[in-house]
Amino acid sequence: MKRLLLVPAVAFAAALPWLVDDYTTATLARLLVLGLVGVSVALLTGVTGLPTLGQTAPFAAGAYAAAQLGLHDVANEPVRLLAAAGVGAAFALLTAPLVVYARGVIVLMITLAIGELAITVASRWKSVTGGTDGLIAAPTLDTDRARYLYTLAVVVVLVALVLLALRSPAGLLLRASRDDEARMRASGHPVTAYLTGAYAAAGGIAGVGGALLVTTQQYVSPADFSFDTAALLLLGVVIGGAGSMLGAAAGTAFVFAARDWLSGLLPGHAPLLLGALFVVTAYLLPRGVAGFDWRRLGRAARAASPGAMRRRNQEA
Amino acid sequence: MADILITEALTRRYGSLVAVDRIDLRIAPGERRAIIGPNGAGKTTLLDLVAGAIRPSGGRIRFDGRDITGSGPARRARLGIGRIHQRPAVWPSLTTLDNVAVAAAQSRGGVRRSRRPAIELLDRLGLADQAGVEAARLSHGQRRQLEIAMALAGEPRLLLLDEPAAGLSAVEFERLGEVLRDLPEGMTVLLVEHRLDLVYAFADVVTVLRDGQYVVSGTPDEIRMSHTVRQAYSGAVA
Amino acid sequence: MGELDPYLIPALDGVAYGLLLFVVAAGLVLSFGVAGILNLAHGTLYAIGAYVAAWLADGGWAAVPLALVAGVVAAAAAGTALAGLLTPVRRGDHLTQALLTFGLALAGGSLLVSAFGPDDLPVRVPAALDRPIDLAGHSYAAYRLVFIVVAAVIAVGLYLAVTRTRAGMLVRAAVDDPQMVACLGVNPTRVRVGVLAVSGALAGLAGVLGAPIIGPGPTTAATVLLLSLVVVVLGGLNSVGGTLLAALAVGEIQTLGVALLPTAAPFLLYAAMALILAARAQGLLRRWSTA
Repeated sequence: MKRLLLVPAVAFAAALPWLVDDYTTATLARLLVLGLVGVSVALLTGVTGLPTLGQTAPFAAGAYAAAQLGLHDVANEPVRLLAAAGVGAAFALLTAPLVVYARGVIVLMITLAIGELAITVASRWKSVTGGTDGLIAAPTLDTDRARYLYTLAVVVVLVALVLLALRSPAGLLLRASRDDEARMRASGHPVTAYLTGAYAAAGGIAGVGGALLVTTQQYVSPADFSFDTAALLLLGVVIGGAGSMLGAAAGTAFVFAARDWLSGLLPGHAPLLLGALFVVTAYLLPRGVAGFDWRRLGRAARAASPGAMRRRNQEA
Repeated sequence: MADILITEALTRRYGSLVAVDRIDLRIAPGERRAIIGPNGAGKTTLLDLVAGAIRPSGGRIRFDGRDITGSGPARRARLGIGRIHQRPAVWPSLTTLDNVAVAAAQSRGGVRRSRRPAIELLDRLGLADQAGVEAARLSHGQRRQLEIAMALAGEPRLLLLDEPAAGLSAVEFERLGEVLRDLPEGMTVLLVEHRLDLVYAFADVVTVLRDGQYVVSGTPDEIRMSHTVRQAYSGAVA
Repeated sequence: MGELDPYLIPALDGVAYGLLLFVVAAGLVLSFGVAGILNLAHGTLYAIGAYVAAWLADGGWAAVPLALVAGVVAAAAAGTALAGLLTPVRRGDHLTQALLTFGLALAGGSLLVSAFGPDDLPVRVPAALDRPIDLAGHSYAAYRLVFIVVAAVIAVGLYLAVTRTRAGMLVRAAVDDPQMVACLGVNPTRVRVGVLAVSGALAGLAGVLGAPIIGPGPTTAATVLLLSLVVVVLGGLNSVGGTLLAALAVGEIQTLGVALLPTAAPFLLYAAMALILAARAQGLLRRWSTA
């Protein structure tokens, strides 16, 4: 039933550029991109049990990879997408050892550091990233409408792939690992490998988001991947329900739309209001958000007792 | 025939407490061994050590001729050690059927291939009508049965059972007895259990522990009559 | 020695930086280890101290104790307020609490900017310290030298407080076993308020003293939070010595590392985290997992 509703929803989204002006179309394209990155956050936070503030890092890696290809006259969009996905996934694989042995709020702490360090690298590694000035990428598609439709198509296909993967045995293995890791190991499952795989996949998705960001705004700078972005991604995912990919995408898009709207409405006071939104969300959350089962997360944390942790380390 | 499980001076300390104190066990293939003893005897710790859930402070563990002291729990499971936990551990967000299928996946080459044998197992354990229900909604007794199905699904050569009868209804207890009786003859079982009627009916050999130390081993009849055992239990709740 | 000479100043700066991070990170460890709260507003508490210092310091000596008292009290009060705001989600999980503290950091940062403006503020140190002194043939800011001494004294004080006093022993026991606090029958609300007030005080103290080093500005809170998080990740929760060592390492990477390998410093932080996490996986992560 829910799936049937998706068809008109996608059709409506495809028709939108003819209903709104170019500026709005461009904004919507950017929100789609952030929604896709939100899906990668939800994949980790909700399904895998690795709450993350660091998906801005593979997002940035993918964006700079695509922008660099653009600077080297690679105008072929699919090539740029694949390259960005590869760079995002490779970045995730490199940082995976930092992440996959930790659990719960510690992951939040470590991924926060990863994301922040990525911005520092982006600001300082001028030869590749252009530093804080950023990089300008030549447009590959001529109109806002074309860029929006292209982004929409990529996002729809990727989200559909994620949903299919989650319905497959791979999704079962991830959910089971989140539910009770010790039981997974007692059944012979290499949980760390599964988590690494999910983390790399989420990195790849965020990397594609980076390439799409470059396509939609033809410019990339460290400001696109700030700590605020990372936190708003998590907030959007939590509001939308981290267990539901579509909810997470919608929640993320909503949060960023709200930020843009608020900063237009009350210049300079957007952070204050967003902060308030965080607080309100946190107050309303306990047990509340559909799809995001906090109790289950709590159980998982308890299952990760000292003994369970040692088992994890032995597995490594 | 060579013993399938051998522990040599197996020891686990928690600070100054020695939970398992230099335990030597030799268990033959196909043997049904029960471990009994008062609370705090170190029974569950011993099972955790054999399953790899915790690391020993000293001593060695051999399984099927191989030194597995340094192996993690997943590796031991793949070698053929299956277990159930004292508090039933299942995956609450998965259906009952998927729980068994995921548990069997490693030994049967994937989740999809495990579904058919999983249905048969659920049938044997009286959970067939719960196959499509999320495990979170099962009763305690049903979860216990489910975890047994999950352990059996991996077709272990050594099965570790930690108080399988705890919290079961009379009907469920009866069925547990049947399931244990019907276990394949070649499967070695290490059973920790407080219900002595089950222990005496099921075990070939009973080992008594107290305060982490080995007290005595013998046939159920010998243990039932043993003065030492009564002493070990004196003042403690069986 | 001659070749090392150019690096003496950055190395010394690294010590100052490291000791500063130690005091900040100690507060973070306290709130996380004892109360289980990942306080993402911790950098904001530092910023409060730093803004107070910039606001009160006028280059005279009298302003120093005034700024110290005002900054510590303000940050401790903010920590207490934070504990109060956390009360409705006290039974929620750590993630909800972290989300809440981040919201407060965002809002608090915005309020600080509206109060003090969007620019980095200069901080005036007492005139007697506001001059270079000669150090083995190099000129070095007198304030930094004094800061190193003062911060070292604070570090030793913290170490003694944690290892030798009853309260410190309770803290260590609580970090080792989070259930212990509950068993002692201590009111958890009082623990939360107390811990956040003390950790706020530490951040405020660091903010006032460190204002001439990491000065007040719109990015202060994020910088300080990030670096102290890295310190906590590197140093773990179980030992004051580990935190101190990690803080000094991060300080050196941020100063000496930048001097030696200007572009590689952020990578060095990554590498340090990766190495330490791999090497200490056992002890560190075992503790992490129970969080």
